[in-house]
Amino acid sequence: MLILKSLARGPLHGYAIAKHIKSASANGLEIEDGSLYPALNRMLVKGWLQAEWGISENNRKARFYRLTPEGRKQLHSEAREFQKLVKSIQLVMRTA
Amino acid sequence: MSTFREWVNRLRFFRNRAGFDSEMRDELQFHIETRAAELEDAGMSKDEAFRRARSEFGSTQLAGEDSREAWQFQWLEHLAMDLRVGFRMLWRNPGFSVLAILCLTLGIGANAAVFSWVEGILFRPYPTVAHQERLMALAGTARGESGATSLSWPDYLDLKENCKLFDTFFVSKITGISLSIGDRAERATGSIVSANYFDAIGVHPILGRGFLPGEDVGSAAHSVAVISYQLWQGRFKGDPEIVGKTQRLNGVFHTIIGVAPQGFYGTFVGWAMQFWVPASMEELFEAGGYKLEDRSARWIEAYARLKPGVSAPQAQQEVSAVASRLEADYPLTNRGRGVQLWPLWATPFNNAGTLLPTLSIMLVVVLCVLLIACANVGNLLLVRSFSRRHEMVVRAAIGAGRGRLLKQLLTEGLILSLAGAVGGLAVAHWCRHALVLLFPARAGVSMYLPGELDWRVLATTAGVCVIATLLLGLVPALQASKVDLAPALKSEMGGVVGGHRRSWARSGLVVLQVSLSFVLLVGMGLLIKSLQRIRTTDPGFTTHRVLNTAVDLASAGYDIPKAKAFQEELLDRVVALPGVESAAFARVTPLGYGTYSSSPIAVDGYNVPPEEEPTVEYNEVGPAYFATMGIPLISGREFLRSDDESGALVAIVNETMATQFWQGKDPVGKRVKVKGRWITILGVAKDSKYESMRDLPRPFFYVSRRQNFTIGAGLNIRTPLSPEVMANSLAREIQSLDGNLALYEVITLQEQVDRSTSPQKVAVTLLAVLGSLALLLAAIGLYAVMSYAVSQSTRELGLRMALGARAPDLLRLVMSRGLALTAGGLLFGAAATLPLTRLLGTYLYHVSPHDPLAFATAFGVMLVTAVVACLMPAWRATRTEPMRALREE
Repeated sequence: MLILKSLARGPLHGYAIAKHIKSASANGLEIEDGSLYPALNRMLVKGWLQAEWGISENNRKARFYRLTPEGRKQLHSEAREFQKLVKSIQLVMRTA
Repeated sequence: MSTFREWVNRLRFFRNRAGFDSEMRDELQFHIETRAAELEDAGMSKDEAFRRARSEFGSTQLAGEDSREAWQFQWLEHLAMDLRVGFRMLWRNPGFSVLAILCLTLGIGANAAVFSWVEGILFRPYPTVAHQERLMALAGTARGESGATSLSWPDYLDLKENCKLFDTFFVSKITGISLSIGDRAERATGSIVSANYFDAIGVHPILGRGFLPGEDVGSAAHSVAVISYQLWQGRFKGDPEIVGKTQRLNGVFHTIIGVAPQGFYGTFVGWAMQFWVPASMEELFEAGGYKLEDRSARWIEAYARLKPGVSAPQAQQEVSAVASRLEADYPLTNRGRGVQLWPLWATPFNNAGTLLPTLSIMLVVVLCVLLIACANVGNLLLVRSFSRRHEMVVRAAIGAGRGRLLKQLLTEGLILSLAGAVGGLAVAHWCRHALVLLFPARAGVSMYLPGELDWRVLATTAGVCVIATLLLGLVPALQASKVDLAPALKSEMGGVVGGHRRSWARSGLVVLQVSLSFVLLVGMGLLIKSLQRIRTTDPGFTTHRVLNTAVDLASAGYDIPKAKAFQEELLDRVVALPGVESAAFARVTPLGYGTYSSSPIAVDGYNVPPEEEPTVEYNEVGPAYFATMGIPLISGREFLRSDDESGALVAIVNETMATQFWQGKDPVGKRVKVKGRWITILGVAKDSKYESMRDLPRPFFYVSRRQNFTIGAGLNIRTPLSPEVMANSLAREIQSLDGNLALYEVITLQEQVDRSTSPQKVAVTLLAVLGSLALLLAAIGLYAVMSYAVSQSTRELGLRMALGARAPDLLRLVMSRGLALTAGGLLFGAAATLPLTRLLGTYLYHVSPHDPLAFATAFGVMLVTAVVACLMPAWRATRTEPMRALREE
């Protein structure tokens, strides 16, 4: 979900995704680099992402991942699920 | 989520596998370099930055592999790996592999062959015929009688007219004719069919046409015939102008209107049809005159094809409804008469019905053989799995899951059973047409019993293969997956001869094999004994030195006076031939295909009401028949030339008839009423066999041929000459009398007897082959188990030797273990056999299904086999060197 969300604003390469997640969460979350790429590949298989080679900001060849319409749908449904979960947890925490 | 898209993506990946790896490398490299550049910007040295970036990332190798895995069909890759490992394992033990594959090939091959026969003979017996799965045989029933009767033509027409659940009805009644080729005549089989025949079965002549509607109407109205491809190629040399030519069939010229396609053999299980004639020609090929308008004449055999989706019970209901309407409309001819549909495999009027019991026995037997083969290979795998415990334990130790180990073992089983299945199908393909070879050949008549290796047989074989795989893989898996890491990692202790731990599975399999083999051996013994009984039964006539043949007069258009004159002349010439002792004509040859005449009879002083008169069969025989056949006369004399049209009507009765009707008093000079005529009895002949070797004594009598003449007759010749020599001189004599005549095959009466017992012989041959196979497999199993036990207990044997046991003691030890297993198997086998041999029922002749000799023989053979199988391992045990055996540990 976090990866999908990072890509919602536009295509990014792997390193940028990791960095985005790290900075957006104010260093609270860190995706292990070793598991980032397998996760990206799984999403490619599922057809949520598309990958293309492009030129990075430092003028190097890099692989950019882009959200497909399907991926966007997935992001929305996952976000909804997450919101629900968080709300439920909050309710439990409040009543307890 | 769209799984289809996923598959497409994966397949795309699969095509670009090599590219993926380099791209992945580039991408990870980029990640690390970018991070390094960032760190460098933050003030680290270049090297330091790189090291840091790399260590932050962790293993690029692992990331790459994991990413890759996301794309792969994991199970497929594992399978490929298992296959590779499996092949390597089998390759490393070629002896084991060859033995295992051989066992499976034989087991699966025997199954596939029998399945192919069942398919080709019972389920889809008619190649090229459309929609056989919906075809059903149509036969009549009569109240108070079991079994099937034929149908009458008018009843058939009414059924066809009134039944709505059927696509089509058609008639196909087998008939035989004489077909003369040069100076030899052959019998040819053909069918009398309804005009819609070829359209109904969806077979279209390759030359000319099929029958036209209306060609099955009228009396002898349409003398046209369609011939088979075989006949066209053989008799007519593939003449492209054949359509429109004429050929004499039973003496009447028929116009050939078409040639059936190659591979079409008609619709009669067991025989290849050579020609087809329309029903309007029926009276020419059938006894009993014109029958197309006679509802009481039941002679046709018919088939019906259900409409798609109609079930057999629905169809039967409709047919029965029409039949009961006919019963009401025509009480005189149809009272108590019904109509029944039969599945093709149970067709009552062809050889499907006669082969059904043989094939069912065969199915049971091949299943036994397959079980034995599987038990054998299972045993071999089991034995090997013990020696592979170490390997399994190591695999488990480095993290292979239990499921993964199981998969590996199953894969190995799969490789074995697949190899076995491929070999088995080759065997089956080779045996496809073997069944017909077991039946003796008859000149001119082509038997056709094809095996069919179609998708169903393949599917069944695949099923067998899967079951075999599971059996093969699971047995060792059950044992091996129980590996207990810690103790098993220490070297395995040698087993103990006679030890019980873990050997139950192996012993169980051996006991199973021995008992199954025993069952088959007993069955074989019983059948062989019955065959022997049948063959050694005295038929009541001489079988050697008597030849039988016939001359085809009907094809040449002879009438009765001409035939009489010809036969008289021929007989004189034959008797004058050097080496001929005597010769006689008879209408029906004993144990042949002909059917005897029969008549209700009455005798002086044995008064019964006319409707209760017993029906007795008789044969029309010429002078010197009894002398020629070697049937002794108990009293009176035999027929002479003077017993002809001008003489008093005379008959000779058999012993049973004399006893039954004259209470043992000599009936010579008494009278018997046959077909309304009183006939004087000339003599009493000893009983003999008339229809089959299994005949029970029954009343029978003979009348003089000259007084009851028919054109067709067999010629019996008493001579020490061989059939070939006789055939040549006979052909010469016949040619000199009339160049248009042709001679049938000349055979000894022994040959005639042998042909009549061929079904028993076929059953015996098949069972003998499979029984020997089973025995061989069981012996291999026993040998393997004992060899293994000995090799595993080297230490124990060495110890025993060191403690003073001598070679004979060890021999006794090993042998007694092997024989104990055998004894267990024999015990189970005997228990299983007692009820099973009843299945042989009709095949047994004067042999009890519990025949002690058969049991004793099977017992003995099994025991000897067991001793031989155990001897080798036992001998090896005695060669154990105590010092080496003890050092090994």
